[in-house]
Amino acid sequence: MSATATPLRARRRPPREAAGSPLLLGHGRLPRALAGTALVVLAVVWLVPFLWAVVTSVQSEEDINTTGLWPFKGAFTLDAYQQILERGNVSVWAFNSFLIAGLVTLITVVVSTLAAYGFSRGTFRGRRALLAVTVAAIMVPPQLLVVPLFEQMLLFNLVDTYAAVILPQVVAPMMVFILKRFFDAVPKELEEAARIDGASEFRVFASIVLPLSRPIVAAVSIFVFIGAWNNFMWPFIVTNDPDLMTLPVGLATVKDAYGIEYAQSMASALLAALPLIVVFLFFQRRIVNSVATTGLGGS
Amino acid sequence: MTTTAPPGAEEQTDAPAADAGGRRTAARRIPTGNGIVFVLPFLLVFGLFMVWPIVQGLWMSFTDSSLALRDTNFVGLDNYTEAFGDPDVWSSLGNTVFFTVISSVPLVLVALAMALLVHSGLAGQWAWRLSFFAPYLLPVTVVTMIWTWLYQPELGMANQLLDTLGMEPVGWLSDESVAMWSVAALTVWWTVGFNFLLYLAALQSLPTTFDEAAALDGAGAWRRLWSITLPQLRRTTGLVAMLQILASLKVFDQIYILTKGGPNGSTRPVLEYVYDVGFTGYRLGYASAVSYLFFALVVLISLVQFRLFRRED
Repeated sequence: MSATATPLRARRRPPREAAGSPLLLGHGRLPRALAGTALVVLAVVWLVPFLWAVVTSVQSEEDINTTGLWPFKGAFTLDAYQQILERGNVSVWAFNSFLIAGLVTLITVVVSTLAAYGFSRGTFRGRRALLAVTVAAIMVPPQLLVVPLFEQMLLFNLVDTYAAVILPQVVAPMMVFILKRFFDAVPKELEEAARIDGASEFRVFASIVLPLSRPIVAAVSIFVFIGAWNNFMWPFIVTNDPDLMTLPVGLATVKDAYGIEYAQSMASALLAALPLIVVFLFFQRRIVNSVATTGLGGS
Repeated sequence: MTTTAPPGAEEQTDAPAADAGGRRTAARRIPTGNGIVFVLPFLLVFGLFMVWPIVQGLWMSFTDSSLALRDTNFVGLDNYTEAFGDPDVWSSLGNTVFFTVISSVPLVLVALAMALLVHSGLAGQWAWRLSFFAPYLLPVTVVTMIWTWLYQPELGMANQLLDTLGMEPVGWLSDESVAMWSVAALTVWWTVGFNFLLYLAALQSLPTTFDEAAALDGAGAWRRLWSITLPQLRRTTGLVAMLQILASLKVFDQIYILTKGGPNGSTRPVLEYVYDVGFTGYRLGYASAVSYLFFALVVLISLVQFRLFRRED
């Protein structure tokens, strides 16, 4: 799907997602076997916490507490999932998470793309200075802003609203910077032709530059979405109403209430984990490539 | 990544339209204005939700602003002098630095090992990538719920595993000398996937010519790894390490949910201290001062890294 536009910026990336370089190992049997073993061991270590959570979630609390889990003696049951879904909170939080992460992504991408284009092609006074300030802002840890932002939300009377959760998250200097770098590399000949034909600057942007930038915009969207979906500290501070909480925040508030109900705790954790894992399965190549596309990796 | 800003790319648009060249000047100048309208929406949110809080926070750090009282007085540098003499600031700062060291090192090295192994061309690429990257997609609460259960003293997997091996159980989250290591292990599991992808992308874009030449000359896999591939990855390693250190310094979420900074403050990072002082203790002014001191430290570290990074090139 990316095939149409990547060449613009493509470094020497292999045309297909390469099966790695066989050269790295040579043809020897031994290095191959060693590497394979190491890989399997690492993968198992990385998957075990998931498996442990899954196994826990499909047992009854009694079985977990009496026999322990090792070596998984209990009988299979979906009670924990049923109880979680009946309680209803998790679905409200999942809805909030989708809504909030979706809106944050939409607004951030629109605002940042426009700004990046303006910074890349604009000739207005103070452009360089504003760009420098934007780049410097990448360094600011978001936590630094939390206290004054909260005061600001009190002032605007926005505490405990979707707006309060969403608005401060749409400022993404990093994304502006990444997009600007991409636009800088788009050849200007195409645009100049359109400009001579009298196309408005917005027209040039929307019908020439933007279509060429689909991969980078997709990459930025994915990262903004993951970031917003998983964001914890700000939504945690600015929402007290359980009906407005996102999944991470909601689960954190009831985590202790579950007490020793491990099956339910794991069931809700897995339900909360599911959406992004599914997204990843669908967009795996896009996500992996986007790391390279954003220019974070490689050269 | 700020290092790679391409100043060269700007020359073209920056060239003043007034030059006598004539022919192409009309095309250079944007006919419908100078492009500032494109930047305005961003400037609006940037000003409101970035510049305003930065300035406001700085102002607050010189006041006794509090969530409990609406009356705010200017107190000069009092908050800063207090912070320098506050043992909790120093101990939480120490915890942050300790966490940064013990998490960043494995987060870079394990990511590198994973990427090299996956890149070596064994079958099942997508499965390896999924296993290593999937945890990165989990919200912090999910990660801490799973690990709280793994670390559970009697029934948790970690201690059951030790029990099976005939070893004494460990107080993963309750033993002061162990808790931070447990937090670091969780963090490595959770976030290594991102660094792994950075390395993988870098490996896939490396030119293979040197590797091929060395292979023709009969260099073994091990030797080529040390003498060719790893040196080629130096820039990437610099970048990954830089991003990782900055990310680790900002640790808060997982610790706050997992241990609330305990046992006995042994895992409390400086940002949690800011939160505790500001939102639990209501002292917003003092919390702002501490967070600005922390920010100064982050900027300092960034500048040092930036210097080192530049010299490497």
